[in-house]
Amino acid sequence: MKAFPAIAIASGKGGTGKTTVAVHLAACLAAQGRAVQYLDCDVEEPNGHLFLKPKMERSESVGIPVPVVDAAQCTSCGKCAEVCEFNAIAMLKKPLVFPELCHGCGACALVCPVGAIRETSRAIGVVETGRTGTIGFAQGRLNVGEPMAPPLIRAVKARRNPDAIALFDSPPGTSCPVVATVRDADLVVLVTEPTPFGLHDLALAVDTFRPMGKPMGVVVNRADDDRRVQDYCQAENLPVLAELPDDRRVAETYARGELVFDRLPEWRDRFDALWSRIEECL
Amino acid sequence: MKVVITSSNKTLADPIDMHFGRAKFFILADTETGKAVVHDNAQNLHAAQGAGIQSAETVAKLGAEVVITGSVGPKAYKALQAAGIKIALLEAVCPGTEALRRFKDKELPVLDKPNSEGHWV
Repeated sequence: MKAFPAIAIASGKGGTGKTTVAVHLAACLAAQGRAVQYLDCDVEEPNGHLFLKPKMERSESVGIPVPVVDAAQCTSCGKCAEVCEFNAIAMLKKPLVFPELCHGCGACALVCPVGAIRETSRAIGVVETGRTGTIGFAQGRLNVGEPMAPPLIRAVKARRNPDAIALFDSPPGTSCPVVATVRDADLVVLVTEPTPFGLHDLALAVDTFRPMGKPMGVVVNRADDDRRVQDYCQAENLPVLAELPDDRRVAETYARGELVFDRLPEWRDRFDALWSRIEECL
Repeated sequence: MKVVITSSNKTLADPIDMHFGRAKFFILADTETGKAVVHDNAQNLHAAQGAGIQSAETVAKLGAEVVITGSVGPKAYKALQAAGIKIALLEAVCPGTEALRRFKDKELPVLDKPNSEGHWV
């Protein structure tokens, strides 16, 4: 096992408790005296800061490179438009660039035979870093209306401290932002709930991460006597790392943006136990 | 004059396609000779993004001076403008032949701004 593994906390369905699990794992590891960093990769709606209340130290703008064509040098050969996988350049008399469609891959500048394309940065969001007690903190905030989340997620993860356990708080779903988050994690913790929706979307998440060869474990949040999620996990050979009981007091604490441990010390034991199970899976 | 009609199928007898970027077919018609050539737009129809932009590039390559269609989004409009292609607007579906006749009779308004919301971004 690595001294400082990276754990992604993901789910198919939104609202299952990814952030709850991630921030409490962070607090629990810090209380055990371990070096830990929480990285909020849910850049469209980063919420972890509401619970961890970090003191921010830096805020850096993040952009992606987009092409600018020098009309004087351009020979209108059309190679840039041809190579663009994202239809961000149209060849009409002169190349016409649509920066909002550009993924910043740089292919157009590479193929231009006369060097008429230079790249300029288009801002997509900010990365903020700081600390809360001994917990390292990083989050991305994507500009409203901006579709290009993965480059910002990569920028958040570039702030990873190699000398701390990393907790990646993932966005929900199964598309590019989730894959960008989970890609270099050593283990994926899938948080779900015992409802038909939770189970359905858990299966989608498992189908997403299995081809990536990621070890996975499941946390059943708000667990009750519905055992369908556990039955699914058994059939799919997925370890259930924890069953967190449905407890109104937890919801109340959450709604105030507080950590559950502060009010309900017995929950500390549940997260210690969860971490032990995670370590067994690494 | 060379015009492109967005079409739901392969001939001018078929109903027009009201969408520009994701039109099923482009029919290039010569208003003087009456000759019509069909172009399958399947590739752009299934594009993840930028369909309107690429469709503008396609009709520019076909040599069209005018596009007859029902709706044009903001990026497609910008691209058509850059190519110097005018947009003649149909307010309802009709066969391509009727669209062409109405265009020749100057019954169709020329679009001077996008008349459809962009998709996705």
